[in-house]
Amino acid sequence: MAGEKRKGLQLLDFWVSPFGQRCRIALDEKALPYEYLEQDLGNKSELLIRSNPVHKKIPVLVHDGRPVCESLIIVQYIDEAFSSSSSLLPSDPYARAQARFWADYIDKKVYDCGTRLWKTKGEPQQQARKEMVEILKTLEGALGDKPYFGGDEFGFVDVAFVPFTAWFLTYERFGEISVEKECPKLAAWAKRCGERESVKKNLSPPEKVYEFIATLKKKFGIE
Amino acid sequence: MAGGGDELKLLGLWASPFVLRVKLALSIKGLSYEDVEEDIFGGKSELLLNSNPVHKKVPVLLHNGKPICDSQIIVQYIDEAFPGSGPSLLPTDPLERAVARFWAAYVDDKLLASWLQSGKSKTEEEKAEAFKQTLMAVENMERTFNECSKGKPFFGGDSVGYLDVTLGGLVAWLHAAEKLHGVRLFDATRSPLLEAWLERFGELEAVKVVLPDVDSLVEYAKQRQAAEAAAAADAGGN
Repeated sequence: MAGEKRKGLQLLDFWVSPFGQRCRIALDEKALPYEYLEQDLGNKSELLIRSNPVHKKIPVLVHDGRPVCESLIIVQYIDEAFSSSSSLLPSDPYARAQARFWADYIDKKVYDCGTRLWKTKGEPQQQARKEMVEILKTLEGALGDKPYFGGDEFGFVDVAFVPFTAWFLTYERFGEISVEKECPKLAAWAKRCGERESVKKNLSPPEKVYEFIATLKKKFGIE
Repeated sequence: MAGGGDELKLLGLWASPFVLRVKLALSIKGLSYEDVEEDIFGGKSELLLNSNPVHKKVPVLLHNGKPICDSQIIVQYIDEAFPGSGPSLLPTDPLERAVARFWAAYVDDKLLASWLQSGKSKTEEEKAEAFKQTLMAVENMERTFNECSKGKPFFGGDSVGYLDVTLGGLVAWLHAAEKLHGVRLFDATRSPLLEAWLERFGELEAVKVVLPDVDSLVEYAKQRQAAEAAAAADAGGN
């Protein structure tokens, strides 16, 4: 109801969304309790529309009744509003700029290319395949020999990218890309992140992501 | 007036709104820098290609030789690396920062994107649709200005803030587009607050010194259009 200002944190989300998972992981990394509210994207709730009138998209974090939208903005907000617990972003301005650059790169490239991998066939799919390999190799280059993108600690860029590791199986089956083969360091990083509680708890099982996409493909009539 | 031992170099293109955004931030913060003009269409420099290997685009800010890319990331960097210089661009409150970042992203992803699309559209229908999206985005920005400024002169309140700088990158092109196409995007009936903001922002000394000349931009736009048409013709057209 209008005027209801709930205290605490609520996350408006959709179970398989890698963008939503970024927020869930960040909240858990900071040990912040929150109420998870699964949204029906085919029939958007009044709460969602009211909280994100501009884009009407998930995820939305509602903190004491006030909404924050866009997953990377939400993660930065969580980091800044709850600064007493371990930081996701580094404190050095140059390192922060690098972290933002790679998170932005992931945002602009991975999901879009991944979608084209399973939504298209023939020449466009081949093109998407080529691009995805390039994107993954670029990210692998940024990772280098570090355990995490930010260095020794799990941080902002890791949070930004790790939900997409649940999609590697889908890329493999529909796009014929083996991350293990093309980018072994990235595959190792994915495994390392997968051992963290926050990641284990919040990533969708890869088989479930695959089933979800397979169902969407049928729905869109893509053989 | 950068701190001792701080060398700032900006790789840019005089006509780019993204580069202008960075120049605005540097100017408002009172920071001196070397302004390096890249020949984007003729041949990008080794320095640019090495500094931004991923996107190969301007602007790139080099701080003591270390590159920072992407206009919005650069502006945030400037704000964080030089906290003592000039006003703080981003607010201190985390929620206000989130709001500023949200609308800064909106400026590029929605407002600028649909505006550019309306210029690039091949059919009248596409053009009309893109322009409709642009006007909707302007409406949203007008409402945002109202909410953020709370009756004060800028998005940042009494002084210029992150969102002013972000939208500020478009200022010269807003004027140029009016001369080229006769369309005033921030006009008195649709967006009176933004129209007033545009005037006010443009009057600031720190802004005036970095704004490119509007007539030169108009010439540039015509040249680019001709060059693109020629390239399309060479490529054999559709």
